[in-house]
Formats: sequence, structure tokens, C-alpha cells
Amino acid sequence: MTARIDLKVNGKTVSVAADENTPLLAALRNDLGLVGTRFGCGLEQCGCCMVLIDGAPVKSCTHPTASAAGKSVTTVEGLGTHDKPHPLQQAFIDEQAGQCGYCLSGILISAKALLDRNPSPTRSEIAQALDGNICRCGSHNRIMRAIAKAATQLRAGKKQ
Amino acid sequence: MNAPTLPGALTDNPGLNRWVAFPSKGKVAIFTGKVEIGQGVLTAMAQIAAEELDVALERIAIASGDTDKTPNEGFTAGSQSLQFGGVALRQACAEVRALFLAQAASKIGCDVKELSIKDGGILRNGKASGQDYWTLAGAVSLAGNATGNAQIKAMSDYSIIGQNTARLDLPAKVFGEAAFIHDMVLDGMKHARVVRQPKRGASIASVDEAAIRRAAKGPVEFVRHGNFLAIVGENETAVEAAGAAAANHVVWNGVEQISPQQQEASWLLQRPSIDRTVGAPEPTGRGKTRHEATYTRGHLAHASIAPSCALAEYRDGHLTVWTHAQGVYPLRNTLAQSLGLEPKAISVRHVQGPGCYGHNGADDVAADAAIIAMQMPGKPVRVRWRREEEFAFEPMSPAMAVKVRAEIDDKGHPSDWTAEIWSGTHSARPGSGNLLGAEALPNPPPPAKHADVPDSNGGGATRNADPLYDIAAKRIIHHLIPETPIRTSALRGLGAMPNVFAIESFIDELAEKAGKDPVAYRLEFLTDPRARGVIEHVAKMAKWKAGLPAGTGRGRGIGFSRYKNRAAYSAVIVELEVDETIRLREVWCSTDAGLIVNPDGAINQLEGGIIQSASWVLKEQVRLEGTGVSSIDWDTYPVIRFSEVPEIHIEFVKSASDLPLGLGEATAGPTAAAIGNAVSHALGARIRDLPLTRERIMATLLAQ
Repeated sequence: MTARIDLKVNGKTVSVAADENTPLLAALRNDLGLVGTRFGCGLEQCGCCMVLIDGAPVKSCTHPTASAAGKSVTTVEGLGTHDKPHPLQQAFIDEQAGQCGYCLSGILISAKALLDRNPSPTRSEIAQALDGNICRCGSHNRIMRAIAKAATQLRAGKKQ
Repeated sequence: MNAPTLPGALTDNPGLNRWVAFPSKGKVAIFTGKVEIGQGVLTAMAQIAAEELDVALERIAIASGDTDKTPNEGFTAGSQSLQFGGVALRQACAEVRALFLAQAASKIGCDVKELSIKDGGILRNGKASGQDYWTLAGAVSLAGNATGNAQIKAMSDYSIIGQNTARLDLPAKVFGEAAFIHDMVLDGMKHARVVRQPKRGASIASVDEAAIRRAAKGPVEFVRHGNFLAIVGENETAVEAAGAAAANHVVWNGVEQISPQQQEASWLLQRPSIDRTVGAPEPTGRGKTRHEATYTRGHLAHASIAPSCALAEYRDGHLTVWTHAQGVYPLRNTLAQSLGLEPKAISVRHVQGPGCYGHNGADDVAADAAIIAMQMPGKPVRVRWRREEEFAFEPMSPAMAVKVRAEIDDKGHPSDWTAEIWSGTHSARPGSGNLLGAEALPNPPPPAKHADVPDSNGGGATRNADPLYDIAAKRIIHHLIPETPIRTSALRGLGAMPNVFAIESFIDELAEKAGKDPVAYRLEFLTDPRARGVIEHVAKMAKWKAGLPAGTGRGRGIGFSRYKNRAAYSAVIVELEVDETIRLREVWCSTDAGLIVNPDGAINQLEGGIIQSASWVLKEQVRLEGTGVSSIDWDTYPVIRFSEVPEIHIEFVKSASDLPLGLGEATAGPTAAAIGNAVSHALGARIRDLPLTRERIMATLLAQ
């Protein structure tokens, strides 16, 4: 049964037609045109499709759209823009943290969730927070450096 | 006087307008046949063009991998893009620059020696002349061919090459834009999934369409052509569900059971093979002692982060295919053969995809999309493989066994060396007629010929099998196994990783027999100064100490190679701990890659190679069971995770050469060997079979 589902995505209230089969990832990409959240496996194993739902990191490839009804979804597009990048996005560019870049949307979201709960993570804490995300190209160390850098900047920003 | 030779791809595409154009005021268009696969090559190409033309980097727009627009440079593979494609582009730009300077001199009425170029503007004796590339563009024809006569810029004048340059493609990926082929949407586009033929020659016995429609929970249609079956629809969720369910509702004839033993490299040793020997005649037998050891590695998957994807549209007799394959021209030719079209009736356009590291499912999914599109003219079709489909059906890197035997002289050095190699092919790319979907069509093309990459192209199974050390007599015995249990083809470095693992493990074993330190021992019979340079440098970086005790659970190891014996030199030292499993602690790498276009980009590639190789060595092996591949997800085909990645330090040995040496695949072999040697040092016992799993470590510990 297809039903209209209202949810808030990146601060905007939207409505999608979805049935019980439709994963949130499909609704985001195919109905809302938010292709920044990537399909990697459809099995909750790689983390490419990570989004925040009410601030908590969730793999959207199997998450039913209906269960996000009325909730607030943040995708990579909701973090920042070219003109106003999120400190994480700026740090990823500064550190050139990526090769093919396919995994980065999900990793940025995992990193956002980490920094929201732990503003001063160690390398080991960053690594553990990203163990649900696969990077196949081997940009791991750059990615971890970028997250540590963003954490420093976010802390400095808060003090001001 | 002989005409100067043109570098690489410029010989095949000599027309200057194949490489450079000045489309509008202030803009420079560059065309390259090489494609972005996450390695940053387009940024490096833009740097090369900007440098040689003397324009700002921002003026460059690059078109890449398009059969309607760009030069045919074959595949983007083998760490050859800069070493050959970049050098061709550099010469083309130098020629264009020279033509414009000559035109400017004639227009101004001065000697060309008075002229220079700054950001596209022509300067006369250092002052603006009022002329630039764009004012002169109408008077300068680029329709002619490169001559090879134009002088390229001196390295000492470089201001863009050699600078850390931010990747042009990265922002789109960081801001979640439609950066990948998976994100492309065409008007009226249909989604499709293919019900894969389990093996060549298998035929469909029955299809329970009703059951598949029920699973789809939405409208889908079936497209059938011979034994090629696809499910098509507008709603991707329904098509995906139908595709996943279809395997249970389609019955095939002609499917064979596979034995798990076939997943092991040892299975190859008893198989029929096509044999050849290259190198020195029969061993002399005059060594003081002998040593022999066999090293193996299982099949590896490319395991791209996302399954392959392609779009195609067949309209008015013309087929357009969007693909993330590594070679648009070879794909076009093979599509033409497979589909009965003229190559000129097909346009193939590259769009970025997830990192592929070689020949994965990208070409095959493009053929799938093309086959379906031709069945529904006028409708754009998007096919995205399922994750399980990519793992099960992409071409794998073949399992390999390498037996090394050597005669040892009285200094403890090898005086006669034999590497005997068993492997399936490392090359079944399109061009040799290998598109999975085409095999299911009513008149499938004949099976691809059994051949490996020729030694003149760096070899496949024999890649890096010839050690760079000073050894009086060396030979390679190559057993190409034509019938392998699964389809095999090119993965990053081809045979280099298993061969360097074998050679460098063996060298460590010889050092141990001679009672010598592995670093010092290598330098005793390695005269190539650039090879010595990276080994000495990495030893200094890692503060290598001879004589650290073995068997303590903590170990250090070194590995070295010059990729293909003609690309970059790399030496790697690994420090690790072993109890039941291996924990990588720290990695040091020194590389000499000649001219470095983008140092940070180069380090990114070397580091990626180290981490990917660590993943291969510690974790990866394709599993076979039932009717085929059983490692079909990230649980059954695990790869390295963030918390397993060590700190990595990379430095370049400075080179006086103005030639870039390919480096994208340079660190994989040395890393594998360094890990193997460090594990041996930590355990006090050697494991010669990859991957270095917990089971193998436990068995080694128990045997002590």
C-alpha cells in the first residue's frame, strides 16, 4: 500500500509516496532527488547510505521510509554547501580526504554523529566510530585527520 | 635526420586538436582519453596542461573518456596514465604553445625569442603585447599533427607541476552532489536488474514470472533475449526487489557444482596449463647450497564500494552508453561486435564511479544496459548491479602460486634464480570479447582467447617476477591455467603483488640463512642506485635496527620492488604485533617516482595502495561453494576497517628525472612482502600462504 509520508529532511518538511517496501534511501534519492546519500550494499554493511534521524546515525538502505515519518532526517546535503561548508566538509577538502569519494557522504554523517556526542575524540575513538563505514580506496588516515581537524575547529568556534 | 619520436598516445592520436582547444575567451579545453577513477588523474592532467601552456589552472576544463570527443588512449590502467598519457599531453601542449608563439611573432613582427606567455597572454620582452591565445586562436590551426619538435618546458621553470593541488573532483563528493554515474537521471528512465546466467552456456529452463511480480510489489516487465533475462520498471524499489527474488524463481539448465578446493591456489598446481620459459637457460647447478619455497595467494575481488552501474539509450539507430569502465574505446568496439552494430553507431561516455582498481563489473553492466536499451528503443535504461551480483560475477584477480628456487653462492647470495608461476589470466578486458551479458544472447561471441598480458606490456602473472637484484642467471617458468573455476581479469598490479610477496619473502629467507640483516643483505647485491636509494631512505625513516630478536610477538619487515621493473621504485617497512591476529602498528614508505606532478595526490595513491594491500594480505580471499562464488557480501568478504589501519609515513626520494614513473600500483607488492616478513619476524616462523588469517597463524604457532 502506497501512502503519503511526511518527514522533515534537512530542515524542510517534505512529503513522499512510499509503500512498506520503500527504504528511506530510495525515497531520498529517487523521490526527493537527494542523491548525496549513496547506495553501497543495501545490507547495512558499508555505511554509504548513513543519515541522521533525530540526530542518531542510521543506515538508510533498509530503514523503512514510513518509520521516519514525522522525524527529522539530515543527509550530507544538509551539512553545508560550497558557500557555507560545514567544518567537517571544509576539513575533508583541506586534508584531501578521499580518493573515489563514494564513501564520503556516509562517513561525513558518521563523523557528524561522533562530534555531536564527543567533541574531542582520539584517533582511536574516531576509528571506532567509523568502523561501520567502509573505505575501499585507502583514504582512512586522511579521513581521520580531517575529522580531528574539524573537531578542533568546532571546539574553537564554540569558545568564541 | 630521423623525425623525433612522439611520446605514447600522441603517436596514435597526433592531431593537436584531439588534445587542446580554445573554445571561448579565457578558457582552455583539454581532451584526455584517461579517466578519473578516484586516482586524481584529471587534476594531474590539468596541472600538466596549465604548466606547459602557461595558463592558470582555473582556465582548464577537461573532457575525458568520450568516444565522440577524446583521443583513444586505450584503458586507464597499469599506472600508465601520467607516464604515457601525461607525457603525450605535455608534448601536445608544448606544440600548441609553439604554434601560438610563432603566430604572435609574425603578427607583432618580432623575433619569437622576445616572446613569453603568462596566464595565456603573450608578453614581448616581459611586457603585455596585446595578444593572447584567444586573440590568435582564429589564425592558428590546430588541425595539423604533432611533430615532436617543440621543446617542453625545463623542470626548473615549473610553477604548477610539483605543487600540491587540490583535487578538482573532490568538492562535489564532499557536498553530496550528483558526482557518480549512479546519480545520473535521464528523462523517462527505466530501472533494470539482470537475472544472471550462472555460467556461460547455461540456459533458462523456466521463469516463474508471477512469483517475481509478487516479490516486486509494484509493476515490472520482463525483457528476454536468448538466455539474457532482465526485469525493468519505473520504480527502482520494485525492480530491486524483483531482481533479488528472481534467483529463486528462475531455473537454469547446465549449471555445475563447484568444489571449495577450487578456491585455493594449490588447486592450480595439478591443472592443464600453457607453459613457457623466459630468461636464462637451464640452472647451472654450481651453487654452494640451494633453497626453494612456494608462496600462494587466493582469488581476490575488486570489491568496489558500490556495485557497478550504467545507463544506455538506443534511439534512431544510435546507441549511447554511459559507463564508469576504464576504457571507452575498447568497450565500444566490444559492444559493437557483441550487438552487431558499427562502432560509429555507438557513443561511449565515461562518468565517474566508485573506485574500481581494475576490471570489475563496470564493462559488464554497460553491456547489460546496452542489451536492454536495444530491446526498448527510445527508452533510457539504467542498470545497477546488486551488491551480491557484483561480488559473485565481477571478474576476479586469479589465485596464484609462485615457487622460487635458487642456487646460493659462498657469499650467501643467489647466483641462479627460478620463479615458477601458476595462474589464470590477469587480462580478460573488453577487446578480448568478454562481456558477461553478451554470453547469454542467442548467438554468443566465442569465448575469449586464453592469453595473459604480454611481457612487453609488463606481463600479467609474470609482472614483477623478475627480481631487480644482481643475480647472474634468472628465469621465469609461466604456467597459464586456461580453465579457472571463475572468470579472472585485471586487479591493481596484476601479478605484481604475489610475485613481490614471493621474491621479497624468499630474499628474507636467504638473509636469515646467511645470518644477515634483511636490509643490509639486500644492498649487498642490488646496484641500481634508485633502488638502493629508496631502501636506504625507508630504513632511515623507520630507524631500522639490525639484530632485533625474532619470535617476540612484535616484528618488523621490509619489502621492495620497482613496479613492472620500469615504473616507480618503492620500499616499505611495516611494524606489527601478532598474537592470534595481526595488528599493524606503523608503516614507512619511500618512493622514487621521477617527476611528481601532484605530490599530495601521489602520496594519496601510495597510501591507498598500502592500505588496500594490507587488506588483501590480512583478510581477503574469494570463497567458492555451491555453483559459484559464496563470498557475496562484506561479512563473507571482509576488508580492512578504520580501527585496523596503521599510521603511515610516506616520503619521496628526490629525482633529477623529468619523466613521471607510474606509482598508483607501486606500493601493493612491497607492502604485502613487508607484512609477511614482519609476521615472520614476530612469530619466528614463516607463513607463505595469503591471506594471513587467524587459522594460519594459529596453525603456525601450534607447529612451533
